[in-house]
Formats: sequence, structure tokens, C-alpha cells
Amino acid sequence: MQLFFEQLLNGVAMGAIYSLITLGLALVYGVMRILHVAHAAVYTAGAYVGLYVFSLTGSLLPAVPAAMAACAVLGVAIERMIYTPLLKYPPFVPLIGSIAVFLGLEEIFRLLGGPYILSFPAEFPFPGITVRGVVISPAIISIYAVSAAVLLILWFVVTKTELGLAMRATSQDREIAGAMGINSSYTISMTFVLGSAVAAVAGILVGIYFNQVYPTMGAVPAYKCLALIVVGGLGSLPGAVLASLLLGVGETLLIGYANIPLPRDSLAFIAMIAVLLWRPQGLLGNR
Amino acid sequence: MNDYSITILTFIAIQAIVACGLNVIVGYAGQISLGHAAFFGIGAYASALLTTKAGLTFWTALPLVILLTGAIGLVLGMPSLRLREDFLAVTTIGINFIVESVFLYVPFFGGALGLGGIPSITFLGTRLRGPNFLYLCLVFLAAVLFISRRFTRSWGGLACFALREEETAASSMGVSPIRFKLLAFVLGTAMAGLGGALYAHLMRFISATDFGFTLSVSMMSMVVLGGIGTLWGPVFGALILGVLPEVFRPLIDYRMLLNAAILLLMIRFQPAGLLGEGSLLRRLFRPGRDSTHG
Repeated sequence: MQLFFEQLLNGVAMGAIYSLITLGLALVYGVMRILHVAHAAVYTAGAYVGLYVFSLTGSLLPAVPAAMAACAVLGVAIERMIYTPLLKYPPFVPLIGSIAVFLGLEEIFRLLGGPYILSFPAEFPFPGITVRGVVISPAIISIYAVSAAVLLILWFVVTKTELGLAMRATSQDREIAGAMGINSSYTISMTFVLGSAVAAVAGILVGIYFNQVYPTMGAVPAYKCLALIVVGGLGSLPGAVLASLLLGVGETLLIGYANIPLPRDSLAFIAMIAVLLWRPQGLLGNR
Repeated sequence: MNDYSITILTFIAIQAIVACGLNVIVGYAGQISLGHAAFFGIGAYASALLTTKAGLTFWTALPLVILLTGAIGLVLGMPSLRLREDFLAVTTIGINFIVESVFLYVPFFGGALGLGGIPSITFLGTRLRGPNFLYLCLVFLAAVLFISRRFTRSWGGLACFALREEETAASSMGVSPIRFKLLAFVLGTAMAGLGGALYAHLMRFISATDFGFTLSVSMMSMVVLGGIGTLWGPVFGALILGVLPEVFRPLIDYRMLLNAAILLLMIRFQPAGLLGEGSLLRRLFRPGRDSTHG
């Protein structure tokens, strides 16, 4: 029972990390209708910048904002230089552009940071908790706390602020929103700022949780999170969070108990195809 | 020509066959497929298993391989039909990951060790290797190009073009989207199966990692680079992406970066590809012909 609870906690933590990455994808898909594969490279960049600043200063306090700022700049640069000029073409053109950006950035990380795995030796300033023999590590506590805080802030921004209103209007119909006086290019850039900054946080959390930062750490999230936004219903934020949590818990428990011969990364896609056969619009999609 | 350049050219010819198959799906029918390497792999594994475990020769196995790959293409294509463009792209990525992990984890397919001992192709009693293998691949490439060209002129091809341009209008004119999209999907995957069989007998050893998503992306790059929906585009793209890394040998560390940069520059400035409508090359060689397209 104790092991089960520890597995469950780990599963929810994985789900929370997936949801931090997936939310950025869902936001971008909402306002631009682009599958932003390169988002996973932004997440890797966050881990690298965070690790770099951390090893310079020895503290996470400057590392997190620095990574968030760097990723925000990177995200907006990808949007301005690649996506916006490609919007007039059929959707697969920006998609292929995005994959090219992702592969190119991965190579740049390899050339700059080296092909090896770097460790991220950050310590949290608080101890772990043990409840009835179930050990909750400081890394898990901070993943829960940070994810909950980020989700609350994002929920507040999207539903209660003027920017959120502009984002929702743009995601419904960019042209009409523009005609109603919404500066859609500003809104789109702000969406990239938000999504990329959150991805930077996810990158740092994953780096500390697994104590690993390496050039191809974005490869699995890049495509898995595409499956997650599709399962959630493209562009639906609650759907993205729900799908991420279900996958995190599901794959951890399945691998722990069912002894499935397939690797956990293909489970997401099998689940995706099953969900799409049952609901072609995704879990919480409405089209 | 030395052995080395013949091997490179043989690889390019095989990749051109597979890229032509992808072009039928993406270029002619407008279906985004980012999982084409899966069908390349299915063809390779089918041919390897039929010749090593069932004891068939390459020539008796080949029709079975093509039929089998086309049939799997049909089955996997069916769920994809209900999906719109973006969903379809992600689903085909998923198919690629699932097929790769089945090859990697199911012991029947050799697991992580891969499949070895695949026999060479014999023709009229002699083993094909070196230049002769290249000629064989070129003959198959010519056949694939011939079929592609016939397809674009056929009723099925015209129906696919109509669906690609405006699905609702085409289906209201009585063109069945399901039938013709599946037709293109089966034709394209069968071509990938042919390429896979040739690859298996060229390498004589295959493993699951040969057929990963990276290969799907580079297949897509070839089609995009050459020109989506053109007859010669995929061949041209395969040739350029196959020759470039050899020319830039000294830059071997930057090879992937170079590939990504080429793809990015192409998609950013010439999304129709080198041979596509309104491209630089086409304007150079056929001045005036594309002026009506603006």
C-alpha cells in the first residue's frame, strides 16, 4: 500500500510536469492553430539556462527568472521569425518548420552544452515529509507546489485579465478579434511569452527531479505532449491538464504493476489513438 | 565510380522510392503523414522475415511484402480518415512511435538485437551487389515514377487532387473522400514497403532504430525540398539531401544542424520546394509558364 501511494505521488508529479509543458502547446495552438513542436526545445533551453545560472550563482533564486526570461525571448523569436511569416500556407508548412526549428535547436544545445548528461545538483531549503511510512521527497513537494501555483496564475490570467480576454477572442477568430480592436500580434507574442516561461519552469523542475540535463531531453516531450493536446481536445486548456495528469498517473501505475512489454513512451500514443477512435474531437474538445 | 559512391547512390535511389510514396499521400491527396518510416520499416521487416524464416526468395517475397504493407497501410489509414489535418499529423507520428516500439520490444521481430542474415538478392543465378543492385533500385524507381505519373492522370488521381483542394465541394460532386484518400494511402505505403524490402536486402541486417521518427522527418524534408506534389520533386530532394552530407564531409559535426537549417530555409522562403509552382528553378527553366499562377 505504501509503495502504491509513492507510485501515485510520482505519477501525479509526472502528470503535473507534462501539464506545464502541454499548457504552452495548448495556448499556442489556441491562438495560432500551429502544432508548436519546437516548444520542447524551449523547455530544454530553460533547463540549460537554469543550470548555467545556478552553477554560476549557486542559487535557484536568480536561475528560475533568468531561464524564464531567456525562454520567453526564444519563444517570441520563433514566433516572429518562423511562424508568423508561414501563417498563410497550409498547416503542415508551419508544422514542418517547427520540427526543423526543434531539430536545429537540439543540435545547437549539443554543440554548446556538449553531448553528455549534466547533473543539476540543486538542493531544496526544506526537508521531505514522511506520512505513515510514505516518503514525500522535497523535489515532489516543490513540483506539486510550483505546478499548482503556475496553474492558478495561468487560470487567473486567461479568465480574469484583459490579456486573457484578448487571447480567448483571438483563439476564436483572429480576424474578427482584430476588427474589434484587439492587437492580435501583441496577443500572440504574449501567449508565447507565457507558454515559454512556464516551459522554462518545467525544464528546471525536470532537471532537478531526475538530476539530468542533456541536449535531447526534449525529444520525448516534443511528441508526447502533441499527443496530450490532441487527447485533451486541441486548444482546450482544462483538457490539456486533464490528459497530462491521466497520462502521468496511468503510465506510472501501468509500468509499476501491469508489466507491459511496451515502453512507456508509446503508451501515450496508443492511448491517443484509442481516445480519438472514441471521441475524434478529444476529451474536452468541442468541435 | 568506386564502391563508396555506388553505395551512396543506392541509398539515395531507395530513399527516392520511399519519398515518392510519401509524395502520393502528402502531395497528391493532401494527407499529412509524418509516420512514413513506419511503413518503410514494415516492408523491411516483412521481407526479412519472409526470406529468413519462411525461406522464400526475394522475388517471391516481394509481391507479398508490397501487398502486406499496403494492407497495413489500409488498416492504419482507416482511423486516420476521421481526423482533420492537425489530428492526422499527430496520429501518424504516433503510428511511427508505436510501430518502432513493437519492432523493438516484440521478440518475434528480433527485439533490440534486430534481424540479421537476410539473404542477398539473386537474379538469373547471380548475386546482385554493387552497381547491379543500384541498377535494380533504379529500375524500381522508374517503375514507381511511372505509376505516380499514371496515377496523376487517372480518375483516382484527379479525385485526390479535387479532395486536396476543397474536400466539401469535391464530395458534394460525388467524389468519395474515404475511397480516394485510402487509395492514395495504400499506394503510398505500398511504395514505402517496396523501398523497405530493397533496404533490408541491401543492408542484410535491420533493427528497429533504423525506422524511427527522424527518418520520417527526413523523408518529409526530401518531399518538401524537391517540391510537394511534383513528379520529380521527391527524387530531386532525395538526391540533394543524400549528396550534401557527403560533399560537406568536413562539417560532419554540423550535419544535422545543416539539414535542419536547409529545411528551415526552404520552408521559410520556398515552401513549394525547388521544383514546385513559382519556385526559383521553375521560373528559370520555364519562364512565363507559371505567370498565370501569380
